Amino acid sequence: MKPNESKFELNGDYYSTRFEPSGSETGDTLILNMGPQHPSTHGVLRIIVELDGEYIKKAEPVLGYIHRMHEKMGEVKTYMQYLPNMGRVDYLHALAWNWAYVGAVEKLTGIEVPQRAEYIRVITCELNRICSHLLWWGAYLLDLGAFTPILYAFVDREKIMDILQIVTGSRLTYCYYRFGGVSADITDEFINQTKEFLTYFKTRIPMYHDLVTGNMILRGRCEDIGVLSVETAKQYGATGPVLRGSGIAYDVRKVEPYSVYDKFDFKIPVGQNGDAMDRYDVRVAEMTESLKIIEQALESLPDGHYINPNLPDRIMPPKGEVYYAVEGARGKIGIYIISDGTAKPYRLKLRAPGFSNLHLFAELSQGTLLSDAVSILGSLDLVIPEIDR
Amino acid sequence: MINFLSIPLIHIIVALVAILAFIGLNGVVLVYMERKVAGFIQRRPGPYEVGPQGLLQPVADALKLLGKQLTSPMGADKILFWSAPIISFAPVVVCFLPIPFGPSPNSTGMELNLGLLLVLAFSGINVFALCMTGWGSNNKYSLLGAARAVSQSVAYEIPLLLAVLSIAFQTGSLNLSEIVQSQQGVIHWHIFMQPLAFIIYFISATAETNRAPFDLPEAESELTAGFHTEYSGMTFGLFFLAEYAYMIVVCSVATALFLGGWDGPFFDGFWWFLFKVYALMLVLMWFRWTYPRVRFDQLLNICWKWLIPLSVLNLILTAFFIKLVH
Repeated sequence: MKPNESKFELNGDYYSTRFEPSGSETGDTLILNMGPQHPSTHGVLRIIVELDGEYIKKAEPVLGYIHRMHEKMGEVKTYMQYLPNMGRVDYLHALAWNWAYVGAVEKLTGIEVPQRAEYIRVITCELNRICSHLLWWGAYLLDLGAFTPILYAFVDREKIMDILQIVTGSRLTYCYYRFGGVSADITDEFINQTKEFLTYFKTRIPMYHDLVTGNMILRGRCEDIGVLSVETAKQYGATGPVLRGSGIAYDVRKVEPYSVYDKFDFKIPVGQNGDAMDRYDVRVAEMTESLKIIEQALESLPDGHYINPNLPDRIMPPKGEVYYAVEGARGKIGIYIISDGTAKPYRLKLRAPGFSNLHLFAELSQGTLLSDAVSILGSLDLVIPEIDR
Repeated sequence: MINFLSIPLIHIIVALVAILAFIGLNGVVLVYMERKVAGFIQRRPGPYEVGPQGLLQPVADALKLLGKQLTSPMGADKILFWSAPIISFAPVVVCFLPIPFGPSPNSTGMELNLGLLLVLAFSGINVFALCMTGWGSNNKYSLLGAARAVSQSVAYEIPLLLAVLSIAFQTGSLNLSEIVQSQQGVIHWHIFMQPLAFIIYFISATAETNRAPFDLPEAESELTAGFHTEYSGMTFGLFFLAEYAYMIVVCSVATALFLGGWDGPFFDGFWWFLFKVYALMLVLMWFRWTYPRVRFDQLLNICWKWLIPLSVLNLILTAFFIKLVH
């Protein structure tokens, strides 16, 4: 064979050759490869589906296309050096990952966090949560074929990113939290703009409801689609809006309050049926709740240090292990660190909510139409870099 | 001086050339219009950089499509694959022949007693082309898209025909020029007599032209690009042009059947026709950029459970009243 003459393998790769079709009565099924480059898989997720007509007999997610060895990187970097990685695990709610990591290290080392820093963390993290939910809202409707809402969502998202840029210096992959506080104090400009945004965004949510939520076609595409029972959700370890859509008010901010979340008055929105519409409603309602939290935090923002002034020069946690969980936009983010007393973790485990939520897809999509499967996949709100890590 | 246009052969040749120019020109205008309308709905400027106000954007798009390499996938059925775009585009030219653009006899390509039937028959050939792309592309997405296109077209042709038939009942003619002649004066436009038929026609026409919210054959979030997944360059361009041309056809027929054609409150003429066609096109674009896509079974439910019974009812009522009047 000449060197530039490449052979094209038509029989498929490892995963497609080992895919076991469930077969149908007629024995006439089609195996379709969705992704890793497909408009509705949001990144590099790949799903092998077996179709009977347009009905899905079996769906199998294939992972690993954006695996970046985050956990291994944790073992070879010092605690401080690993911090920027956290902005890149889930790029849509980067601050929650920031928080989970610094929280874990603080708990392990026993670093005190000043009250002001806790409040700043709450404000920025909730802003980031709205940002993430907005993008999900737009992208989900894009999956359902409505092109326009995402551009409306981006108008608002842009405002949040501008606000966060003032204090964090970045727009997407934030690395703002530090052990014992945050990297920079919030400014008056930040506070004013946040207040402006709060009043502005309160007028936007009713508009979203008017334009989109009540739409007959949308309701037809969401209601009774991908009904997730409580048992299944528990079996798969689903968390976040996916679990709350099924009616369980499990939110780390309420159940095991970390930081200062127990000082704020906010509700945990829950659904009833566990269908895609419930998950939609839960997320939209969460944006309103986040607004309430930010408002309260801004009102009662204490003075003081934004970072603990008596930090050790080098972060050297004692021997031991720690687990710290926070509530991300997609669910429970957990970080488990084993320290051997050196400057680097012995082992670091990241618990990504998307990983558990994704695997619901295989179960929920069985027997549905291909269009419904796209709706279900969208309603799970997956961020692939977080799943692959 | 001999009036050349009165010789039938020359008349048809001139008409066909004029129609091709009209389709091409409209394609350019509509691409620009679609993008600007989308921009307006989505609160962004739309094309802005190429030429003043982005006016040269469609030209740049067309040049890009023309310059691209034409490729066919491995294992594709070459004959079906390459002939499908042509078969999709060619019949649309014929569809324009019987449409009366203005009051003068020269503004109709060809006077036909069965003009309406000709339009409906030739616009049905498009489905055949989609079928060919589905089979010829050797791509599963194309196959699924084509399967959707066929069942969608077959289903929606029925209410479309029934809606059109009620107008034919009322006017007693299938000649589009005569139908337009019969509705002189705004108050006599058929839309006021047959509002239900108009609504049914317009919904069915949206589905027939595969426009959102009924754009299932090319549902990009499900089937990447549906039936034209494998087409590049000008082969894709032909599908694109054909889609816009069919949109003009259905809007022209709607104008002729329901909106009085070239008749208007002041100064009858082709500008009224064009104005109405473009107003309807605007509605189609408005649909596309506002609604989510329906699901396939919902699409068929709308047709079989709502549109067909309603159009049959409409037809029976029309027949009843016509009998009563005569």
